[in-house]
Amino acid sequence: MRYDTKVCLYVETELQDDEMKSSEDKEKNKKKENEEIIQNAANSDYKYGFVTDIDMHIIPKGLNEDVIRYISQTKNEPEWMLDFRLNAYRYWLTLKVPTWAHLDIPEIDFQDISYFAAPKQKEGPKSLDEVDPEVRKTFDKLGISLEEQMRLSGIAVDAVMDSVSVKTTYKERLAELGVIFCSISEAIKDYPDLVKKYLGSVVNYRDNFYAALNSAVFSDGSFVYIPKGVRCPMELSTYFRINAKDTGQFERTLIVADDDAYVSYLEGCTAPMRDENQLHAAIVEIIVEDRAEVKYSTVQNWYPGDKDGKGGIYNFVTKRGLCRGDFSKLSWTQVETGSAITWKYPSCILQGDNSVGEFYSVAVTNNHQQADTGTKMIHMGKNTRSTIVSKGISAGLSQNSYRGLVKVLPKAANSRNFTQCDSLLLTDTCGAHTFPYIDVQNDTSVVEHEATTSKINEEQIFYCNQRGISTEDAIGLIVNGYAKEVMAKLPMEFAFEAQKLLSISLEGSVG
Amino acid sequence: MSSLKQYIDLFKESRSTIEAHSTEVMNSLRDKAINSLISGKLPAKGDENYEITDLNETYAPDYGVNINRYDFGADTANAFRCDVPNMSTWLYFSFNDTYHSSRTASISMPDGVVIGSFNRLAKQYGKLISTYYGKLAPIENTQVALNTLLAQDGLFIYIPKNTSLEKPLQLVNILNATIPVMVNRRILIVLEENAHAKMLACDHTQSQETDFLNTQVIEVYAGKNSSFDFYDLEESGERTHRISSMWVRQEEGSNVLINGITLVNGHTRNDYSIDVVGENAETHLYGMAIAGNEQHIDNHTEINHNVGHCTSNELFKYILEDRSRGAFCGRIKVAPNAPRIEAYQGNRNICMSPEAKMYSKPQLEIYTDDVKCSHGSTIGQLDQDAIFYMQARGISKQEARMLLMQAFMADVISTVRMDSLKDRLRHLVDKRLYGKLALCQQCGSDCHDIVNNIEQ
Repeated sequence: MRYDTKVCLYVETELQDDEMKSSEDKEKNKKKENEEIIQNAANSDYKYGFVTDIDMHIIPKGLNEDVIRYISQTKNEPEWMLDFRLNAYRYWLTLKVPTWAHLDIPEIDFQDISYFAAPKQKEGPKSLDEVDPEVRKTFDKLGISLEEQMRLSGIAVDAVMDSVSVKTTYKERLAELGVIFCSISEAIKDYPDLVKKYLGSVVNYRDNFYAALNSAVFSDGSFVYIPKGVRCPMELSTYFRINAKDTGQFERTLIVADDDAYVSYLEGCTAPMRDENQLHAAIVEIIVEDRAEVKYSTVQNWYPGDKDGKGGIYNFVTKRGLCRGDFSKLSWTQVETGSAITWKYPSCILQGDNSVGEFYSVAVTNNHQQADTGTKMIHMGKNTRSTIVSKGISAGLSQNSYRGLVKVLPKAANSRNFTQCDSLLLTDTCGAHTFPYIDVQNDTSVVEHEATTSKINEEQIFYCNQRGISTEDAIGLIVNGYAKEVMAKLPMEFAFEAQKLLSISLEGSVG
Repeated sequence: MSSLKQYIDLFKESRSTIEAHSTEVMNSLRDKAINSLISGKLPAKGDENYEITDLNETYAPDYGVNINRYDFGADTANAFRCDVPNMSTWLYFSFNDTYHSSRTASISMPDGVVIGSFNRLAKQYGKLISTYYGKLAPIENTQVALNTLLAQDGLFIYIPKNTSLEKPLQLVNILNATIPVMVNRRILIVLEENAHAKMLACDHTQSQETDFLNTQVIEVYAGKNSSFDFYDLEESGERTHRISSMWVRQEEGSNVLINGITLVNGHTRNDYSIDVVGENAETHLYGMAIAGNEQHIDNHTEINHNVGHCTSNELFKYILEDRSRGAFCGRIKVAPNAPRIEAYQGNRNICMSPEAKMYSKPQLEIYTDDVKCSHGSTIGQLDQDAIFYMQARGISKQEARMLLMQAFMADVISTVRMDSLKDRLRHLVDKRLYGKLALCQQCGSDCHDIVNNIEQ
């Protein structure tokens, strides 16, 4: 992985200088990648299953007001933040676990989870040397070593490791432009007005069960503010990683793009192998003002559990963006390969006139994985447009559902939506489901939805076999081709990782 | 408060009267029905499949139920507003929920065919009816349970093995009353192996000033290699509430076509549930609705492919005007170990006014891999370019819109497998689009004589 990251970034740099040369390199890389896939094929266990051994600061299991006060106090939060948490917690107590999704979720004991874990570090490191060597090793294994990032890329990495931000790079360069990219805890201290203004404005704590839980106990996350007229010069990136055993992780991400701003934000996840299920309930809020654009890309590869469905992460995330300004644009791209259960609907509220929402998704489920994912496009402003492209791939005994809402309100004149959701089935024991909801409340909007469900084409596999490509690799090729439309929307360095992930996730799925 | 209580109370008070005017077969399920209702509730807003149609609200008003089977004195001469002339049929009527057949009904009917009301057939065919009655419609479903609880009569249609009906059956349902009335209809259709039949059911409301609640449960058994066409045409009134559910079971090699057409209605909810249990079966499920004013039309369909090698085709089209609301929810379910299923589901809608609302939920649930399933849903408007094209050639805007709307509905009409009905439907749709109520007098044919043949 480390090598790959280097290579892809190298390719990206080259692209700017000499496109021809770069495309040659790309081909070479592809070959290398394919070789790697073949090598990896033999070993179909979870690739990133290792545990970093560093000092953890964990509070006892259970949730009550004292725990919330403790979290707030440990993080030196102001009074208003504690109130925010307590209100959310009190509301959460009145809620019941939602059951409407097409998922079979074992009962979760919310008192059997430790709600706070932080690496023991009193002050944030000032340079890379100060970062715990164990932490750095973990990132090395993941292929996102901070050194490499600093030397080769130009990507600022706000690495969140079990809740507390340990290292932020390129802060200064961003600071020159007025871009704020820091952990949410820092933001609460340093930019209370901004946080107060935007936190909970898109995803209220009353939104749903897990949103309320997150609002009460969120440990850390990222805060991004792009001031007026600034085009963020680099892709901002956060790698999340659940590290401590039995600790739920509740990140909170808040991204604000002021008028005419642009930012591309990357989120990637890998988690070590665990036997017990872990809960991950994050919130991502995005506010896009006039003419601003936000691109949010995710590669999600939490531990999916073993072949018998034991273990794995529960990924229950609320992601929502508000296109508040006219001509604003929000684009979600996600590649979901991990987690035992995925339950998330990155959504766009298209409030500003002429605003645009996009959702591109590839969801792969294998073995006993379950996914119920999709999007919501709420058209409120005039001439708003949205596009949804969702590709589901199911294998093994998994269940993969697309669930999406397109809602056009009476005032959203001339809005337009196009939805395409395709499902590909690899075995006769898996399931692929489509549950679109389309509500149109005016006479000038056009909404289209189409979906297909079909088996992987046997002729294509046979064709590959004839040419000496093993069935496993053939499936990797076909699936990558099938998902290309979405992959093309990912930033370069993610696209490579994601392509490999697709193949790896489907290993052993062919009977 | 749950609207169920009034019905449970009514039943408890007058159980003996209800049962006295009914048959043993129907009475035998009333205990189950009441138990289901006591432990259940009417689905309302917040329930996934009833978000648009709140049954608790629909059942809330105080409707009269004709449990004593009084003769409402239906005006037979005016009652029959058949909109399908030139079509020779075996004709049956229901006035509210009492069943009649025309004098000509049994003429030249093939041997072994049994058609008539439960009450009339109970003595001779009680056992046959009880073999099938209430087996498909699940009593756990509140609307089925309510119907089972209060229905006192039903129509039984039995087509024996290797029999095919050369003429279609026609059932004309007429609602007529001066006070708000709840009408509970029940139809049981059985086609044995290699039996073939076609049926047209038309709903008419005579008293446009009266509120009606029309509940209907239809059960259809399609035996091996049988074929059955069912055309359900609703031309009721704006104050008619119709809650209809149809439960179909298809055996091997059977071919079932259902076409639900809503031209004039008030508040309609249609459920279609089709269980395909034999291989090589074909299912065709079509529907269309033209709604204006405050009309409400909600179609729910579910096709369960339990075995492999079957095809299903589904298409629903809506034109919504004024403040009307349309909803479509379709689900295709393919069970594990049901390979080689080909299923298509389409829903196309046009919103003609800024206040019209459309809710569409086309759903696929697939549990195996060797399938070809797809669905498509669109909500949009008439093609402005096409209108402009026609205007440029001297066709008025109004006329151009009409032409486009007629063309829009054409593919649902073309699925009808009876030529005379197809022509008639085209005509009815045209009339409906031009805003005229499809009244019999206007159609110019002399079908009124048939009315005199009605058996009293």
